[in-house]
Amino acid sequence: MSERILLVDDEKDFVETLAERMRSRDMTVSTATSAAGALDLIEEKSFDAIVLDLQMPGMDGLEALEMIKAKNPNLQVILLTGQATVEKGIQAMKLGAMDLLEKPADIDTLTEKIKKASAKKMVLVNEETEKKIKEIMGGKGW
Amino acid sequence: MGFLNQFKPIFWDHQSTKSGPFKSLFDFRSLWRKRVILLVAVALGPLISLAIFDHMVTRYDAEQEIHLRTARLVSNSRRTVSFFLDKRKSALDFVLKHHPFEILIDQEHFKVLLTDLNATIGGFTDLGLITTAGDQFRYSGPYDLMDQNYAGEAWFQEVLEKGIYISNVFRGFRDTPHLVIAIKYQLDGNDYVFRATVDTERFNQLLSEVTPGGNGDVFLINSQGVLQTPTRSHGKVMDTIELPIPEYSEHTRVIEVVDKTGERFIVGYAYLKDTPFILMITEQKSVLMAPWLKTRIVIITFLAIGMFGILLVIYFVATHLVTQIFTADLRRSQTLREVEHTSRLASIGRLSAGVAHEINNPLAIINEKAGLLKDLITYREEYKKDQKLIVHLDSILASVERCGSITKRLLGFARHLDVTIQKINLRAVIEDVLGFLTKEAEYRSITVDLRVDETIPDFETDRGKLQQILLNLINNAFAAMQDGGTLDVRARPADSDMIKISVTDDGSGIPEADLKKIYEPFFSTKTTKGGTGLGLSITYGLIQELGATVEVESEVGVGTQFLITLPLHHTRKE
Repeated sequence: MSERILLVDDEKDFVETLAERMRSRDMTVSTATSAAGALDLIEEKSFDAIVLDLQMPGMDGLEALEMIKAKNPNLQVILLTGQATVEKGIQAMKLGAMDLLEKPADIDTLTEKIKKASAKKMVLVNEETEKKIKEIMGGKGW
Repeated sequence: MGFLNQFKPIFWDHQSTKSGPFKSLFDFRSLWRKRVILLVAVALGPLISLAIFDHMVTRYDAEQEIHLRTARLVSNSRRTVSFFLDKRKSALDFVLKHHPFEILIDQEHFKVLLTDLNATIGGFTDLGLITTAGDQFRYSGPYDLMDQNYAGEAWFQEVLEKGIYISNVFRGFRDTPHLVIAIKYQLDGNDYVFRATVDTERFNQLLSEVTPGGNGDVFLINSQGVLQTPTRSHGKVMDTIELPIPEYSEHTRVIEVVDKTGERFIVGYAYLKDTPFILMITEQKSVLMAPWLKTRIVIITFLAIGMFGILLVIYFVATHLVTQIFTADLRRSQTLREVEHTSRLASIGRLSAGVAHEINNPLAIINEKAGLLKDLITYREEYKKDQKLIVHLDSILASVERCGSITKRLLGFARHLDVTIQKINLRAVIEDVLGFLTKEAEYRSITVDLRVDETIPDFETDRGKLQQILLNLINNAFAAMQDGGTLDVRARPADSDMIKISVTDDGSGIPEADLKKIYEPFFSTKTTKGGTGLGLSITYGLIQELGATVEVESEVGVGTQFLITLPLHHTRKE
């Protein structure tokens, strides 16, 4: 299946190139160059995974992560940054990020992580759906 | 000098001319000198002034006392001599005034008169009665002087003129020293001169009974300086004295005189009234002052001992004081140096982190661009055959990866990673590390000798960091070694819950000049062989994070030893 992913990075050149590479790996890719743009896109479309830069002008990666998780807890976020610190890493994990990769990242590693994230989302969504169905069935007294 | 060197203060040879940020604030020698001079001035100044003042005062007192005593002695002696002469004059008066002229001139009676005078008063040698013409017409005495004429004698003319005459000691006809008392009387209507020779022996005896101090002499001189009585050290009777004749004074006086040999004399003198005599007492000043000098020497000795003691105390106090300043200053500059070193490392760390961050983003772009190119080539048939392109792209990607690993290590150096503590077995950890390198060791025929003391217990530390440290050190050792070398890894317990781990190679060694810089980031001797110069600096950081210390000993051509001292109980570092 084709994963639907969103790449967020203020380096347009980087994000476009990475997008092209991901597309050639059979993924459906959207891009945003700011956290605000990314949040707008999430409103419009549904994604399986998001690759998010930490350091961005305006709203930074951690803030964006918090808002994304608030809106859609099942959506998996992989942080990709050139300025990883342990503190930020821990903070990101606490906020529910799935993983943190350091730039320059190996394309295969990234692809693998995205696939895992997508699978995880699928599992979570299924669980949620099942739960909802059970609730509905329980509520109707079936 | 070897003995003196023991007392040399430790700061004495300290170079104070050093420039730069760790320069000493003080010139310790001059600081010490100033302290010593001040203390010596304050302590010894009053002491020495007091000693000099006391010396002068006591000397003046001693001299005054000597003068006073001499003056008293002169007065007493003068009285004795005057009394002696007066007594004889009075006796002669009495004899003449209480004898009728006829009896006086009776030759037999005249002889008895001498015997009587000597029996009662004594001191007369002979007596004579002389007419104004100078004829001695009566004589009583041991010599044959009857009818001797004195008209030509000076003394005779003087007695006729003044009525009384006491002569100098003179030799006269008899050629023996004697003195004459001659008195003019009016007897039976005519003038006569009554002459008596006084026994100078009695006179001398009288003076010799006076005993002045200081090898002193009591004697009479006349106004020409001719000795009238014998002396102990100024010559015989009739000699001329070598000391200057003191100036006339009505009263007793005491003066100080230096003779030809340079000897200083205290001279007391008095002019005897109605006589040609000057009574003199001479005393050697050096002898008189000897007792005073003796006490002086005792006092000066005590003063010297006291001053030596004070100087000793001053030396030690000043040295102690300046040594304390010196060590404090030394500690200060050492601390400064350490602070500078630490802050330099820290700023290099921050700089490195900044650089790494900034480089990572463009590096990521290169990575993706090259990756994309490779993707294009791989996925499109027309490029697939061109293996050369793929080789170049792989080379670009490999270089990017290498850059990435450098920036990651840089960040690792700057970063304070959280310590994850777990209980470890040291032997197992070291064996794990050596496991990575077994292949290389085999390939290069390097012998690795591992000895871990069995008494080292399992202990808590950051396993990952310890492994990283050991891996870095052993890697470095391998790089420094020739094929076929030997690497020793030892671990043994040390004092107070510490263990020591040593990694010793027999490689090329580190020159002494480089030894100080090995922990600095980017310092590398392998730059041409791909060394980043970060290995040991990261290792150093890791060692510190484990609360451990590292020492390095190296000799060029012999080998290098890194000795890590690691605490058995881990204390979390901020």
